[in-house]
Amino acid sequence: MKKLMLGNEAIARGLYEAGVSVVSSYPGTPSTEITEFSAKYDELRCEWAPNEKVATEVAFGASLAGHRAACAMKHVGLNVAADPLFTLSYTGVRGGLVIFVADDPAMHSSQNEQDSRNYAIASKVPMVEPSDSAEARDYVKIAFDLSEKYDTPVLYRICTRTAHSQSIVDTADRVEKAPVPYEKQPAKYIMMPGYAKLKHPVVEARTDALADYAETTPLNRVEGDSAELGIITSGICYQYVKEIFGEKDAKILKIGLHNPLPSKLILDFAASVKRLVVIEELDGIIERHCKTLGLKVEGHDLFPKVGEYSQQLIAQKMERPLPGYIAPSADLPARPPVMCSGCPHRGLFYTLAKNKVTVLGDIGCYTLGAQKPLNAIDSVLCMGASVSGLHGFNKADPSNASHTVAVIGDSTFMHSGMTGLCNIAYNGTNSTVIILDNSITGMTGHQQNPTTGYNIKGDPATKIDLEALCHALGIERVRVVDPYDLDACDKAIKEELAVDEPSVIISRRPCVLLKYVKTNPPLHVDADKCRACKRCMKLGCPSLSFRDGKAHVDSTLCTGCGVCAQLCAFDAICADK
Amino acid sequence: MKTTNIMIVGVGGQGTLLASKLLGHILVDMGYDVKVSELHGMSQRGGSVVTYVKFGDKVFSPVIEAGEADYIISFEKLEAARWAHCLAVGGKLITNTQQIDPMPVTSGAAEYPVNVLDELSSLGIDVDAFDALTPALEAGSSKAVNIVLMGRLARYLGISADKWYAAIEQTVAPRFVEMNRRAFALGYGD
Ligand SMILES: Cc1ncc(C[n+]2csc(CCOP(=O)(O)OP(=O)(O)O)c2C)c(N)n1
Repeated sequence: MKKLMLGNEAIARGLYEAGVSVVSSYPGTPSTEITEFSAKYDELRCEWAPNEKVATEVAFGASLAGHRAACAMKHVGLNVAADPLFTLSYTGVRGGLVIFVADDPAMHSSQNEQDSRNYAIASKVPMVEPSDSAEARDYVKIAFDLSEKYDTPVLYRICTRTAHSQSIVDTADRVEKAPVPYEKQPAKYIMMPGYAKLKHPVVEARTDALADYAETTPLNRVEGDSAELGIITSGICYQYVKEIFGEKDAKILKIGLHNPLPSKLILDFAASVKRLVVIEELDGIIERHCKTLGLKVEGHDLFPKVGEYSQQLIAQKMERPLPGYIAPSADLPARPPVMCSGCPHRGLFYTLAKNKVTVLGDIGCYTLGAQKPLNAIDSVLCMGASVSGLHGFNKADPSNASHTVAVIGDSTFMHSGMTGLCNIAYNGTNSTVIILDNSITGMTGHQQNPTTGYNIKGDPATKIDLEALCHALGIERVRVVDPYDLDACDKAIKEELAVDEPSVIISRRPCVLLKYVKTNPPLHVDADKCRACKRCMKLGCPSLSFRDGKAHVDSTLCTGCGVCAQLCAFDAICADK
Repeated sequence: MKTTNIMIVGVGGQGTLLASKLLGHILVDMGYDVKVSELHGMSQRGGSVVTYVKFGDKVFSPVIEAGEADYIISFEKLEAARWAHCLAVGGKLITNTQQIDPMPVTSGAAEYPVNVLDELSSLGIDVDAFDALTPALEAGSSKAVNIVLMGRLARYLGISADKWYAAIEQTVAPRFVEMNRRAFALGYGD
């Protein structure tokens, strides 16, 4: 059946059709929908793991049990999962094992622009990359076959544009895969030095065998006809190149297998054209390979190492015509993402800003607390770094502890915040950690996590008790506040900063966008009472604006959370007229 | 056949994704090669959002850039201006006249440009501006703005209303079908 599918949906379809049993992932844009769509197939046992390392190790366990298994993550997730990855390369697999990793050139929703092809090279495992949804589905099956044939985990790279574009996919039925029977194989699966030393040469030999495969695999293919210009490209860039050059104006070598790269194929291709250009986003990996082969090639001398490419960037760099257009005034107000109306994070950040607290931040919707007008965050590094970073900040100068906190979401705390909290207790800094518990993984689009009480299917699951967990990690002072209650927030923050021991404040209220959350009727401004002091504007609430010299509430957006009303000294913001 | 490029732009939360889903569905049914490109994640939080729909015999790049869009459908005035440079020479810009203030405007750091649509017309851009919110409310919900706008687009694309009704039935939850049918009819006009 022909269907329009997102790249990520097509991958899920591929997982279903390839007879995969287990999918364990941690969400991260642009990879999240791989697992969300997988969870719609009852034949796939899917789950949200607390982090990418756990997810990858779950997939390892499922493979050890003889089943086909997968995990999916965004590019920075692979940093977290790098530890199992590098040694999985040595153990190899029993059931096929594929790790999906989504890069985000241009950082549409990421904190860096790393190129995960480097991981394939460093860990010596094969990596494939599709260029549209049809290939996304097809390459899943190829990746599992490769994994089993060459006894290796396979990395499967996508990028934002392939993950989040829909194109037509032809679907087929699921082919069940009988599990490989379990057998104890110490030399294969116990990676202690004696066995690992025997394994390393096997990995090197495997790479050699895969290099031979790279010369002939249909994953790498030559298209088009030109003796003048040869372009080597891959992934989404292939689509841009085709859009500009079509069938006749360039000969194209499309790379679908990033690691190892073919040598003879590239040499022959280069020999058949006068000019050789590599067009690849981010790092110059294919270009470097061409240069080690001794080829004269253009690449990053022409194209940027930063950001994503497009058909027009390629047209411009390759001196092709660009369409004309009319450009209206460019000086328009920006429309940045904002914390939603009624977001429970707002009241807490307002209180932190008001008290001029230094805030080590983390990653989630609450990162938006860094923006104007709240400006309430001082640093954001990676998931979990708020908590561990706070400890270091206070360790370096204990006087920091009186005016510094860490803020971290519930999902991020389970991901990698709790180990940092354990360190605070164990190595004893007087740190104050605020867990922003909105009962969901918000930023990536509402995924369940171990603190929400539900699993990926929405069925009830064990709910981790955050208070008990913090106690167990060695923190005695744990208190809960409602972030809609500004006085309570203020009191909690002041008191916990003042005490002479580590403490945790759990700021608890579910995300206002959750279906079960009932909102209040919108508030309105009594124009007679409003003195135009603009105090409410400090909240950065999208429902609040300043019109005709008075505050104004947009009744279509307001959820009646009442935080602005608490702030108004003149009782000008009120419920119902 | 040259590909036809359609851009759907608006503000996160306005329902641009459903609009592109419907359109994509119909175009696949009509036998075209189709690509639809969305952005998820950060941009959904009330930010500026853009979706590309491209169809023809064979579509390569999923994105649309300066001067490439045959149609731009904007759910909001300021967004119409923000993306107008993507319109091809001879292309058509269909826009809702609704104004949604972005944060820099609400906070007083910037001003919402006055007569933003007039400026576009005066530059020679073919603008079809109309209030899609009133018919959406008439159909039953401000959320139906997306379908009203699709109704208007359908007129220009020459895709029969029946195809749209069928697609609405297949993609929208049953209890919203009637409302969406009404919204579509109001946008399409008779
Ligand atoms: C290692 C890593 N994995 C995944 C992500 C993607 N990501 C960004 S924020 C986030 C979760 C945020 O959830 P939570 O901490 O509950 O905060 P909320 O958004 O709900 O406020 C995720 C999964 C990431 N940035 N880094």
